Amino acid sequence: MKRIFVVFLLLVLGLAVYRAFHKAPFGQNRIGDVERPQSVSAFYLKHSPETLHTANSVTAIVVNFRGFDTLGEVTVLFLAATGLASILYRRKEEEEATEKAHLPGRIQLPSSTLVRTGAKILFPLILMLGIYVFVHGHLTPGGGFQGGSIIATGFLLMFITYKRFNVNHNVLIWLESLSGLAFVLTGIYGLISYGSFLQNTGWTGRLNDLISGGLIPLIYIFIGIKVGTELTNVLDTLLHTKPRRHE
Amino acid sequence: MILLVLLVVLAVVLLAAAVYATVQKDLLYAVLATGVVSLVLSVFFYLLQAPDVAITEAAIGIALTTIIFIITIRNTTRDEDKYSEDMINRFKTEEE
Repeated sequence: MKRIFVVFLLLVLGLAVYRAFHKAPFGQNRIGDVERPQSVSAFYLKHSPETLHTANSVTAIVVNFRGFDTLGEVTVLFLAATGLASILYRRKEEEEATEKAHLPGRIQLPSSTLVRTGAKILFPLILMLGIYVFVHGHLTPGGGFQGGSIIATGFLLMFITYKRFNVNHNVLIWLESLSGLAFVLTGIYGLISYGSFLQNTGWTGRLNDLISGGLIPLIYIFIGIKVGTELTNVLDTLLHTKPRRHE
Repeated sequence: MILLVLLVVLAVVLLAAAVYATVQKDLLYAVLATGVVSLVLSVFFYLLQAPDVAITEAAIGIALTTIIFIITIRNTTRDEDKYSEDMINRFKTEEE
């Protein structure tokens, strides 16, 4: 009976999906004429190289045309990290008490020499790649979120290789808060001098230059630092929280 | 043509890994299978000309999410059935 119901449900779902998509023109150009934009995507494709001088139009959309959405996204990430930290946060005495009563079934072997040396060599390279990705966010694929998460994976590699690898929490928190504040201040700067929140500057530089696109690279650098420190903080909280003992 | 064949092969791998992740009782293997799903998905995004999304998927989906799940497994139990048994037993003893 349950099986028949499941099959029936799947059939209904399949029919709904089919009805929604059977007329969709897959693989055809639906953007339209870029030179005389009719749709909003054509407008973005026309205006991001022409007026903003940003080579990567995805970045132009994310940071400029839909910059306010990005601020919301950054806020969501910040709230998620804060919530996680507030759930997992434990006082120091409690932490030491569990550490003394060492948990059963936990093997604490140090990493092998190969892993440790490899991690040591790779770590600065990963950090450099992350910084490259968010500094060149307006020229090449990627940007603040991507670069930040690459940086966090670099720290993750060090966390799982070295048991005693510690990051300074205060530095992370300050970097995160300051970069978030800088993002909002950039938005307010646009509000004061050009009349709308996160409005880009009049000076946008030349297409394909490192310093081009007005405020876009600046904002993406702030986002990159914020996301990187935030995710590193989350990983640090998760990895260094020992489970409570259930007796 | 080659792209189409590649896409079909990747789609098969993606579906197989996704089904394996739901069926597998050993949670560590299930988590690794979701990592494979993310890997294939990021290749998909790259082939379908969305490199921005591909980079995000590679960093978050493959590395961070998988590791967070593995940390969770390390702090709980690796076996799905055993964990639910443990939970049932704990509730029973608390009721008594």
